[in-house]
Amino acid sequence: MDAILLQILNGLDKGGAYALIALGLTLVFGTLGVVNFAHGALFMMGAFCAVSFNQLIGLEKVTVDPTQMTPWGTPLEVRVPMIENWLGDWGTFILDYSVPFSILMAIPVMIIIGLVMERGLIQFFYRRTHAEQILVTFGLAIVLQEIIKAWFGANPIPQAPPEDLRLAADIGAFLGFEPNTVVYPYWRLIYFLFSAMVIGGVFAFLQLTTFGMVVRAGMADRETVGLFGIDIEKRFTIVFGLAAVVAGLAGVMYTPILPPDYHMGMEFLVLSFVVVVVGGMGSLPGAVAAGFLLGILQSFASMTEVKSIIPGIDQIIIYLVAVIILLVRPRGLLGRKGVMES
Amino acid sequence: MVDFLNPSRRGVLKGGAAVGAGLAMPTIFSSQAWAADYLNKPTGDTVTFGFNVPQTGAYADEGADELRAYQLAVKHLNGEGDGGMLNTMNPTVLTGNGVLGKKVAFVTGDTQTKSDAARASAKRMIEKDGAIMITGGSSSGVAIAVQSLCQEAGVIFMAGLTHSNDTTGKDKRRNGFRHFFNAYMSGAALAPVLKSTYGSDRKAYHLTADYTWGWTQEESIKNSTEALGWETVEAVRTPLGAGDFSQYITPVLNSGADVLILNHYGKDMVNSLTQAVQFGLRDKQVNGKDFAIVVPLYSRLMAQGAGENVKGILGTTNWHWSLQDEGSKAFVKSFGEEYGFPPSQAAHTTYVQAILYADACERAGTFMPCGVVEALEGFEFDGMGNGPTLYRAADHQCFKNVLVVKGNENPTSQFDLLEIVQEVPAEQVTYDPAIFGGELGECNNGV
Repeated sequence: MDAILLQILNGLDKGGAYALIALGLTLVFGTLGVVNFAHGALFMMGAFCAVSFNQLIGLEKVTVDPTQMTPWGTPLEVRVPMIENWLGDWGTFILDYSVPFSILMAIPVMIIIGLVMERGLIQFFYRRTHAEQILVTFGLAIVLQEIIKAWFGANPIPQAPPEDLRLAADIGAFLGFEPNTVVYPYWRLIYFLFSAMVIGGVFAFLQLTTFGMVVRAGMADRETVGLFGIDIEKRFTIVFGLAAVVAGLAGVMYTPILPPDYHMGMEFLVLSFVVVVVGGMGSLPGAVAAGFLLGILQSFASMTEVKSIIPGIDQIIIYLVAVIILLVRPRGLLGRKGVMES
Repeated sequence: MVDFLNPSRRGVLKGGAAVGAGLAMPTIFSSQAWAADYLNKPTGDTVTFGFNVPQTGAYADEGADELRAYQLAVKHLNGEGDGGMLNTMNPTVLTGNGVLGKKVAFVTGDTQTKSDAARASAKRMIEKDGAIMITGGSSSGVAIAVQSLCQEAGVIFMAGLTHSNDTTGKDKRRNGFRHFFNAYMSGAALAPVLKSTYGSDRKAYHLTADYTWGWTQEESIKNSTEALGWETVEAVRTPLGAGDFSQYITPVLNSGADVLILNHYGKDMVNSLTQAVQFGLRDKQVNGKDFAIVVPLYSRLMAQGAGENVKGILGTTNWHWSLQDEGSKAFVKSFGEEYGFPPSQAAHTTYVQAILYADACERAGTFMPCGVVEALEGFEFDGMGNGPTLYRAADHQCFKNVLVVKGNENPTSQFDLLEIVQEVPAEQVTYDPAIFGGELGECNNGV
């Protein structure tokens, strides 16, 4: 039982990332009708917002200490982050919590990136075929990747979670199991809660605000909404920015789990597209449900007991499930009729 | 009739010419043989080395340090800088005047830690850039693939960071040489220390990188620890570059194991160790004992990436900058002055490989691969770190002291991450080359 609970927890944090990326993908597809292969790059750009923020606040003052020597006989350079000099304990606190604090930088940066991307390129491909949209957004993703690679290098850059959140919570004891049988890292639990909050926020925004109502109406029937004199395209542009922020935040908070590199977006993009297809093209609840479902299935597939029956199943489970669901339900779990069907 | 007691001037000249020709005969034959064409024979005033290192991928940190060391070696070979280990190597015929009178130039390639990419970049360096020798790499899969390519092409391969038993075992080649130690040697050196630290009643769980190095390390460590009386609970293979190892770590928690052995290297090890610590394994008690994590192959770069998670964790390493022999001190000084931090074991091994190759060419009097092979086989030297070293002729494996290290509990500087627990003598880790099979085959000059 404890092993099953652990694998569910494992699936939830991974599923959270899949769900957040798939949610943004579906938002863009549902509003603008664009299959955005650059969406994974937005996740990666979000992660590098955390890296940039950490590097900015981590700028160091270098002093030479003549009393200490390096192994090769020169005076040792002592490096102290300038923010600690300026703000004392507060500086240390901000450095320690740099990943959550970087959200403050990531939100405006991702809005700008999203708007520039949509106004600068993607808007010219609204009335083109999906194949052309895929080609141009895939090309854009590669350009963004190469920019990040040129600036930050090709190597992953580890980001530590805050000191207090580096170890694991004894969830087993909390749930009435024997102590220390079900322990799970604090940061991964936070990631799951964070993704649930962001998903809830996006749904609330779409369901409970006038803006969201108009967007949903536009998703259902763009022309009729236009006849009411509403500039739906402007709202859809804002939705693109919102999708960029969701992907970016998913990336920011994922950095302590997986050190970011320029290629991480592409790895998540492929899986997230599978999630969107399994959930049903254009279905927001479908994307979220499929994200968590596939995350949990992937986690169970990596259990030794499962792999001893079907070796290598952990590497193919997501694609296998996608094939089965598409055979049984060609529109995906919660897909609507008419979406991507000519 | 020739009067030997009263030789004429003509007779002396004739005799001298005959004796001179006779004495020169072997040299003439041999130099004619060496003069025969071989692949990428340098014709100008430079000779080109090919540095094939991972500049991207899971082992990119090691690759970057390898490249730094190669550049330093080229400087020293060309007579620039302080000479580094050229001053301590014994014996050596290198004088800092290039190699065989030619300045050393180099080209680089990115292995991407992928066998096909590594072979493609090595091929490009051999065919387009005219590299006479290929060296580097930070993965046994890559090393074995490139070694095989170099054998077929007819150039020398001086392996970089490769720890699989197969490189100089079942996949050994006459044109390939390895200075780095291997998984068997890690197991042989580490086992006695594991026994004295953790006792002989332990249950081990292995997480293993799923390629040749991981497999042979898992096998060697299992053999060594089971010989101590340890039980292997489970050995799970993980994909190279997996990043998130949580799905592999969670089954460890309730497996009954009280030791986790991470057969990972580079970024994989940094991620798996960090995540294992985040899952609370270091603070866990199982079977009435403190849970232990072991990293059989360690490096300072990994320790740096994993930060304080490495504290107290045991492993082995090929070399460490804190060694106090003259060779190590000279190398640390050169490298530290050049780059501002101490060299890693990857840097050490690649620097030494470049110098050893150059020295072998000088001793052989040629760059011809078969001549270089002959000069390196059975070569014994000192002054390059780790004490007296032998390049064993039977399998082209180097034998020298192996270091058992542990993550420093109380580091005194940012570089002081590993502490040497024991310097295990070469004799303790030497084995019969027949145990891993394979054939060296014939050397290949590429023509």
